[in-house]
Amino acid sequence: MAPYESDDALAAARDEDAPSRRRKAARYAVPVAVVGVAAVTIGLVPALADSGDPDLPKITAQQLINKIAKSDVQQLSGTVKITTDLGLPDLGGLENSLVSGAGQGSGDGSSADPQARLTELASGTHTLRVAADGPDRQKLSLLERGAEWSLVHDGKDVWGYDSKSDEVYHSTTAAAGKGADHRAESPTPKGFADEILKSVDDTTSVTVDGTAQVAGRDAYKLLVKPKQSGTTVGAVTIDVDAKTGMPLKFTLTPKSGGAAVLDVGFTRVSFDRPAAATFDFTPPKGAKVTEDEDAGAREHAPKGGQDLGKRLAGAEGAKVLGKGWTAVATFDTGAKGGLPTGSEGGDLGGFLGSLGDQVSGKFGKGTVFSTRLVNALITDDGKVYAGAVTKEALVKAADAGK
Amino acid sequence: MSRAETAPAPADRRPSPLWTFGLLRSELGTTLRRWRTLALLGVLAAVPVLVGIAVRIETGDGSTAGGGGEGPAFLAQITNNGLFLVFTALAATLPFFLPMAVGVVAGDAIAGEAGAGTLRYLLVAPAGRTRLLLTKYATVMAFCVLATLVVAVSALIVGALLFPLGELTTISGTRISFTEGLGRALLIALVVAASLVGVAALGLFVSTLTNSGIAAMATTVGLLITVQILDQIPQLHAIQPYLFPHYWLSFADLMRDPVYWDDLVRNLGLQALYAAVFGSAAWARFTAKDISA
Repeated sequence: MAPYESDDALAAARDEDAPSRRRKAARYAVPVAVVGVAAVTIGLVPALADSGDPDLPKITAQQLINKIAKSDVQQLSGTVKITTDLGLPDLGGLENSLVSGAGQGSGDGSSADPQARLTELASGTHTLRVAADGPDRQKLSLLERGAEWSLVHDGKDVWGYDSKSDEVYHSTTAAAGKGADHRAESPTPKGFADEILKSVDDTTSVTVDGTAQVAGRDAYKLLVKPKQSGTTVGAVTIDVDAKTGMPLKFTLTPKSGGAAVLDVGFTRVSFDRPAAATFDFTPPKGAKVTEDEDAGAREHAPKGGQDLGKRLAGAEGAKVLGKGWTAVATFDTGAKGGLPTGSEGGDLGGFLGSLGDQVSGKFGKGTVFSTRLVNALITDDGKVYAGAVTKEALVKAADAGK
Repeated sequence: MSRAETAPAPADRRPSPLWTFGLLRSELGTTLRRWRTLALLGVLAAVPVLVGIAVRIETGDGSTAGGGGEGPAFLAQITNNGLFLVFTALAATLPFFLPMAVGVVAGDAIAGEAGAGTLRYLLVAPAGRTRLLLTKYATVMAFCVLATLVVAVSALIVGALLFPLGELTTISGTRISFTEGLGRALLIALVVAASLVGVAALGLFVSTLTNSGIAAMATTVGLLITVQILDQIPQLHAIQPYLFPHYWLSFADLMRDPVYWDDLVRNLGLQALYAAVFGSAAWARFTAKDISA
């Protein structure tokens, strides 16, 4: 037998049995120590890197809003993380296929179509890359596992490229109008902040809520809170870069508490001019190109925020009840009998009915479908009321609108 | 790290530094001459051939591959540029074939010797247990690189034969020259090989626990499958960033322009952590255990 032929084991063999066994056991301390050091590093490094809130000169809310308005960032590139949690029922793959199905139905089947792809942002966490060089050249990329969808605006051309299916979408700004560059900006914190600040009025309280570090830059925090009761919006926080006045992070929390409904923020940002090649796009050989002639006539991708009600009101025949945060959009689907939520609807009706709550009031009877931000009431006579308001406010609006 | 390197050994037993390379060479030779290893490499080389021929047949009438984005990454681009077959083949083999092959070689490293009764003879030679273990690990890592390169080179040859080459479009939509594309392909192959370092260390540790090579291989591949399944369960998202296969497919980020480094760096860090933990655990076990076979 040659149990200990290695050189260190020879040394060990001279020792007595008990200490040598202890020393053997002590070797296992090495992997344990490695795990410990790694755990401490993972736990502590973010805490150490977070060197506290930066010290910035005091500023009033009005000055900060002016700063945002005056901000004129022409060149930037960065990475944006967007997390949406509307609290929709978790339907797993079904939800995804419904969303993409809905998007593709109106998008001529091209998976590179911007409208189809921006709908995806409505749920889950996504990483985006943005780059801009003046008003004529922008790029937005949606990073996916092993694939990427890019929207490039270069002069008069707007290109969408989906690397997963190798499909190209093309339209010109002549057709898309001003919508093109607006679209390229909308899923960034700046796009959301502009939407919110556009509608700041006497129903809103705006304060400066200290400072923070976002993407390694010093930023002021602007806290926007609805004064009205009855809305489901708790608060909106906008982190504004202290140097450039550019919104770096946008967070919308619901009144019911919990995780943010919408959280959009730069994780990395640079205000240098991006490489010119970033905006060059030539369709790859063999890729399927879909030309879009009438992009201007289209509705644009959905946006979060306060004026969701107003946006819904953009739909045909819709009108807005109330104002500010408690605005409720209403329109008539024309379908008498409402949704098939009862037994007459069969399986689907039962399923839809189980997702909503039955309510009744002066307006008659209906079903309320709730998410963490938007509630919608569909009455039995085919009218739809929707807004970022509570169920009670929705019923009240329906009663008043009757 | 080890007392073997610090403690003064008797002069006549200290092996020359060159001896380590001799040991490594003999280990590499033994591993690569095994029919089992050759069969594994053959299977790996066959994957790109199958994928290439399938795509070629499917797109023979001018239609595009991928059918709207299904299948492994980069599948749709193969018809435009044969170089993409390298990336598709690596994306197709990385989740299972490659780590399985590495698991077989790593699981066999110590336990196979013990099972065949040759381990004690290896230790009779003045190698030292730490040195033997390091040599075994180096052999397994060399196999990681070799297996990845076999897939990549086979895919490159098949891609060049069946599809056009030339300038290629990155998944971000920008264009790069063919030379730069080749450079990125090599970088991707190295990153894929580095992604297997964690599973190699895990296999080596399992291999020190048992005297049966088959048991060690089965355990390693079983662990691999289990971890892959855990990585798919949404409810476990809190622990998933610490599972070794979690960032494997991040190698695709090298085909973005500019390259998105975040996940790549996380992947390499995670592999280094697994190598350190299971490497030192294997060392603790192997230098302390009784070798009876």
